[in-house]
Amino acid sequence: MPVTQPTLLRLATAGSVDDGKSTLVGRLLHDSKSVLADQLDAVERVSRDRGLARADLALLTDGLRAEREQGITIDVAYRYFATADRSFILADCPGHVQYTRNTVTGASTADAVVLLVDARKGVLEQTRRHLAVAALLRVPHVIVAVNKIDLVGFDEDIYTQVASDLATVAFDLGLPDLVTVPVSALEGDNVVDRSARTDWYSGPSLLEVLETLPVADDPSHEEFRFPVQLTLRPQGAARDAAHREYRGYAGQIASGVVTVGDEVVVLPSGRRTTIAGIDTADGELTEAFAPRSVALRLAHDIDVARGDLIAAADHAPEPVRDLFATVCWLSQAPLSKHSRVLLKHTTCTTRAIVSAVDGVLDLDAVQIVPAQDLGLNDIGRLRIRTAEPIAAEPYARHRRTGAFLLIDAQSGQTLAAGMIGDPLAGEGEHADDWDI
Amino acid sequence: MNPITETIDDVGCGRLTLSHLDTLESESIHIFREVVAEFERPVLLFSGGKDSVVMLHLAAKAFWPGPVPFPLLHVDTGHNFPEVLAYRDRAVAEKGVRLEVVAVQDYVDDGRLAERTDGTRNPLQTQPLLDGIADHRFDAVFGGGRRDEEKARAKERIYSLRDEFGAWDPRNQRPELWNLYNGRHRPGEHVRVFPLSNWTELDVWRYIGREGIALPELYYAHQRDVFERDGMLLAVGPVSQPRATESVVTRQVRYRTVGDMSCTGAVESDAVTVQDVVIEVAATRLTERGATRADDRISEAAMEDRKKEGYF
Repeated sequence: MPVTQPTLLRLATAGSVDDGKSTLVGRLLHDSKSVLADQLDAVERVSRDRGLARADLALLTDGLRAEREQGITIDVAYRYFATADRSFILADCPGHVQYTRNTVTGASTADAVVLLVDARKGVLEQTRRHLAVAALLRVPHVIVAVNKIDLVGFDEDIYTQVASDLATVAFDLGLPDLVTVPVSALEGDNVVDRSARTDWYSGPSLLEVLETLPVADDPSHEEFRFPVQLTLRPQGAARDAAHREYRGYAGQIASGVVTVGDEVVVLPSGRRTTIAGIDTADGELTEAFAPRSVALRLAHDIDVARGDLIAAADHAPEPVRDLFATVCWLSQAPLSKHSRVLLKHTTCTTRAIVSAVDGVLDLDAVQIVPAQDLGLNDIGRLRIRTAEPIAAEPYARHRRTGAFLLIDAQSGQTLAAGMIGDPLAGEGEHADDWDI
Repeated sequence: MNPITETIDDVGCGRLTLSHLDTLESESIHIFREVVAEFERPVLLFSGGKDSVVMLHLAAKAFWPGPVPFPLLHVDTGHNFPEVLAYRDRAVAEKGVRLEVVAVQDYVDDGRLAERTDGTRNPLQTQPLLDGIADHRFDAVFGGGRRDEEKARAKERIYSLRDEFGAWDPRNQRPELWNLYNGRHRPGEHVRVFPLSNWTELDVWRYIGREGIALPELYYAHQRDVFERDGMLLAVGPVSQPRATESVVTRQVRYRTVGDMSCTGAVESDAVTVQDVVIEVAATRLTERGATRADDRISEAAMEDRKKEGYF
């Protein structure tokens, strides 16, 4: 008998320093009964040692020695909690501008971002930066928790003003409808349970919002994309002699649905074939969809290797060597020191040259302004030429096949998170248009 | 609802959504395949504990119908539960993989390591581990660490770069974006890879149930002679003898974690089947390390300090 299975939602938190993110996360964990007794004992003991009147729930997530000493979050902490219908992976991201790259890390895999704003301070530069990151990374849902509502006396006018300012910034960034919730992370108002002290607010609590969001894009409405990770060809090493001749292409479906008999194209070669089989260790499937890991058998013996993309034949991207892209610069050293880089796109790594810097995002004006260089935490627009053609797609439509990393070939450091723009748009049309 | 059943793909009204466990399994398989494609000499840390057993199971699925394309490495504390060692050897034979062992006992015998006054050997594993990695020139090391285990682990990336000293620098981790893992490293450095990062203890148990994975018997409730120390039940054995003030009793217990026998505690339990354990874990009010590991009770940052030195 079919039963409803719990689904998985990936969340990331963001906000400025002292907005109370870690406290909010602690509150979510605590009030959803996801904090175990020994963890709470430890938090209460440390809070007492520090002379605090009550347990500091931020200590539940600030796990590093330096974080506890400085009272700030430095790196993403991952937390896990579950309600009856849904499991949550929560990436608690730092607020300090110096650690924006860690927030980018947390947001890149998120289905939803919960952004905190201090009701007393309203929209700050970090608020705009984090909204820009969420917009840029195309996080499907952005929820703003207007926190410390208790410290403004649960005042409706203050909340309405902050919510209206947020809506303006979100509109400029091209973010879809924002959900805002007035909360007190410290006191628990509207975090898990609706609060009686905000009777002017009739919406759901934060947890209610999170429990009812659609989890992910529906693969049945997506085009099939399958980056090849490796070839499975066991030959004499096959554990079962029947598989000595086996040849399958292993990967994780990046988007869409694949069915046996589907016509596909292998990129960048452009060779066409059909799907002869979809295999897992548990047996053959007639159909599979994202994000399942499978092995595909193809009807024709054509050259396929790691780095290739198997795509629906009718809706396949055109391999290109010149890219328009928006990047978050994540390295201490500026872009000008790194014009020759490695570019990692799906399972393909190739050499690349940054051929031009078109501009950098001005966070106050929320538009691209001319620039020669990019520094740490800058969001900029670049033109890049690759040594090998890649099956590039606009990130706006394909999160998996539209994303790439820039990597320093010598040190191996990750320099930038990149999102491919629309290759069909003409030059110049990008100049001050923020939307990617 | 049966907490074990998890085979339905379609959730809700016609949307195609992979179930929670299938999503985790596919993510882990993707990680195993990325590492094998991009590294030269991967190795999987295998203790016979449930997390390493699940890793080996996932690795076998990732490369089916071929064999697991890397060896296993066991850092042997010498303080083993005999049934876990027996299980280890059975699993190795069944999967047809090569097992490498580095033994803490060898280091103690020739004086490279000194026994600690508290007798525990967990912290002593770091040097043999790092030597084993260096001697075999392993460049990617799969570990069974999960982020829900402990607050320093909660900060760890899936790919965690280690310098030539094996050290983890938690303040300067690489950004990790989407599922684009950057495993580039310089000679002498290596990458620890945690395919179970996003699994919880409950997920692991539900998966063990779903997949029918065999475990060492001590994960299920059994009668055992134990004595109480620091609020934990320790088994009576060659390396864990009761002091004069500690009395031995027979209790129905099981183990939530398996490690150095001298500092790994049992919990009282009636859970004799996987289903029983799933229900017990879902209802527990203590974390698995808090309940069973004496060494993690030393300080607020015990795990962080060990990890910085190159521990698992």
